[in-house]
Amino acid sequence: MTKKEQVLLEKPDVKKAEDVEKKAGTIEVFVMGKSYKVPAGLTIMKALEYAGYRYIRGCGCRAGFCGACSTIYRIEDEQKLGFDLACQKVVEDKMYLVQLPFVPATKVEYDIDKLEPTESTILEIYPEIARCVSCNTCTKSCPQDIEVMKYIQRAVRGEIAKCAEISFDCIQCGLCAMRCPADIKHYHVSQLARRLRGKYIDTKSKNLAKRLKEVESRKYDSEIEKLMKMDKKEIMELYKNRKIEVEETGPRGD
Amino acid sequence: MKTTDGYPDYMMKSIKLVEEKREKNMSKPVKPMSMKSREDVLSKYHPDYMKGTKRELKVGIDKGTNLYNGIVDLLEAKPVLDPKDVDLSKIDYDVDLLIIGGGGAGTVAALFAYESGVPKDKILIVTKLRHGDANSMMAQGGIQAADRPEDSPALHYLDIYGGGHFTNKPELARSLALDAPGIISWHEELGVMYDRHEDGEFQELSGGGTCRNRMHSCKDYSGMELMRNIRDKARNLEIPVLEFCPMAELLMDDKGQLAGGVAFNLETFEYYVIRAKATILATGGSGRLHLANYPTTNHYGATGDGLIMAYHIGANLLDLDTIQIHPTGDAYPEPLVGILSTEKIRGLGAIPLNKNGDPFVFPLEPRDVESAMFIQECKQGKGIVTPTGMPGVWLDSPMIDIIHGEGTTETKLAGEVRKFKRFGIDMAKHPILVYPTLHYQNGGVEINEKTETKIPGLFAAGEVSGGVHGKNRLMGNSLLDFNVFGRRSGIYAAKYVKKAKIGKLTLNHLDKYNKMLEQAKIKPAKSAPIILPEYRGEMAISRALDIF
Repeated sequence: MTKKEQVLLEKPDVKKAEDVEKKAGTIEVFVMGKSYKVPAGLTIMKALEYAGYRYIRGCGCRAGFCGACSTIYRIEDEQKLGFDLACQKVVEDKMYLVQLPFVPATKVEYDIDKLEPTESTILEIYPEIARCVSCNTCTKSCPQDIEVMKYIQRAVRGEIAKCAEISFDCIQCGLCAMRCPADIKHYHVSQLARRLRGKYIDTKSKNLAKRLKEVESRKYDSEIEKLMKMDKKEIMELYKNRKIEVEETGPRGD
Repeated sequence: MKTTDGYPDYMMKSIKLVEEKREKNMSKPVKPMSMKSREDVLSKYHPDYMKGTKRELKVGIDKGTNLYNGIVDLLEAKPVLDPKDVDLSKIDYDVDLLIIGGGGAGTVAALFAYESGVPKDKILIVTKLRHGDANSMMAQGGIQAADRPEDSPALHYLDIYGGGHFTNKPELARSLALDAPGIISWHEELGVMYDRHEDGEFQELSGGGTCRNRMHSCKDYSGMELMRNIRDKARNLEIPVLEFCPMAELLMDDKGQLAGGVAFNLETFEYYVIRAKATILATGGSGRLHLANYPTTNHYGATGDGLIMAYHIGANLLDLDTIQIHPTGDAYPEPLVGILSTEKIRGLGAIPLNKNGDPFVFPLEPRDVESAMFIQECKQGKGIVTPTGMPGVWLDSPMIDIIHGEGTTETKLAGEVRKFKRFGIDMAKHPILVYPTLHYQNGGVEINEKTETKIPGLFAAGEVSGGVHGKNRLMGNSLLDFNVFGRRSGIYAAKYVKKAKIGKLTLNHLDKYNKMLEQAKIKPAKSAPIILPEYRGEMAISRALDIF
């Protein structure tokens, strides 16, 4: 394979970069105060790469799931600070950028097996949540648009299940904790709430328990053994003719 | 750039054609293709069948096999580490168990090794990025386990094996199916919030190639919820993790056993010599190699390092002549390029259309065929090219509400709707642009049921391993894979540690590998593993210092 062929689709080569610039026009961004001209339409992440930066920190899944690329920005002459993910937010002209690839926020260590899901469990482990002044800054800084303050209030009241539900989409980027005037570590608090709910509050599956016993008593061993020993033609027939269960309605995965 | 409803003017013009022809397109569906025309388009446009995407490997234990060019390039590259740069008499970390990779497989392995008796301060996870930065975190769909009365592990086995075109190692497919219920039960104990019915039973859906509904999910954040729980447990136990320290090469001893590895601190540029009685390779996949030039759904660190390091010490590889591409990766807007849009959009009636608004393929051909047809349309100039140069075809999502009634898109595809809304696109009103995307590394380092590789002391689990899925993986079996084989690797490595005695450390295998390259008359232009993908623009590269 030639070098040319190895040029990654995502990476603009010179010609393509020039085309892109012509089509989209360039804008000016400031990376920690330093000016760069980049094509409009790129994400903050790709704009920095276009400018010549190579990520070590501040870049993870590149798809909005991992929370590695939290970015704080302010557009020139504007008052408001913006909070977003570098991999999801498109650059704007005169944007001043700083990434926050790490958040100092100690997680309390606990043994989930030794906890009980009482009204005071979360408060005992993270007592600082009682200091919440309801300023809502955490909610405003959440790139996932989660009602962060609301789930903290639920945690204060000992409503574990509700706290878990509201916080479910949290990608644990930590911007909430960095902005909080009461020094709450919101994303660690909600992690505890979700584990307490999943382990103790949600009703468990009886089907699963039953199947587990069957597997442990080796109920399926001989049947699978038979399939493994089948010649290829035979198992192909069996596969082709297997009955497909009617689909449930609802979202299917990928 | 000026946009209307999220699209620039020239794309909007194409959308107008889509709208004008919508009624006609809905009344005159394209018929499924014949086997002959399927084969024809696959041979021309699917990377697995196309000429030029693969070549024969000229060096090492798998010499003579055909693999993707991007993989062969790295296997035939010079080992990145020069043995002269490392002082093996100075041990930085002396542990029982080294785990390479802080994603799903690696973290699960650490938890079970600890439970099997390896003290936590004798375990070390090294990882390229942060603990948890992995494809595991990004999986949306769900995890398969046959736990309903109308299902059975034997049926799950049959699905795995048939889905893999009967090329899987049968004993690995058996482990995957039989261990699954135990894994879900372990997740219940950890506190994973699975989607459930009111009576506590799981909401289980179907997936491509499954004969029973057995897909367990956590909204459309299934991988993230699993990973959050598993990682939280590891953090509570204080299992040591070295972040931003990818492995550069593996270490052997003078008895031919695996003896640890040399890690590279990405921030201080120091090497760390790690001596270990057993090592688990859990480095994940290779989407960021952009094989056959595809965009990818994979995370930043997925550069196939594990394959390369394992090959350098003589471990063999399986099924790297296939890659999994998914037809409906997003092509626009730019931030979403490569990210997946679910197959269900087509399932609900949306039809793929070209830039003239004309249909060109039956919407539900098998994934490989559908992908090849999209690629053909774009190569023939009938696709839409985005402002950043990405080609794509329309998926006419507004058809869904017309067929099933207003509001269907919002309720049945809530996650997708939210994703596009962020960029001002209402997929119930306008079509979305899609192009096939590189999703999964089907094969890898060959393992057995105990996750042992050919090399004593080296275990492998997760996407880096080969044999579990054969030449094609089914949806919902990768989250299962990292749990099942991550667990097994932790347990079996812990057993191995008890008896292992490490001799004198050596990097002689690298000198040997360089000699092999020389003998095969290969003059490597690059070195491997590559550790991070290169995304800087050409102009930036030419003025950058080569820091690695």
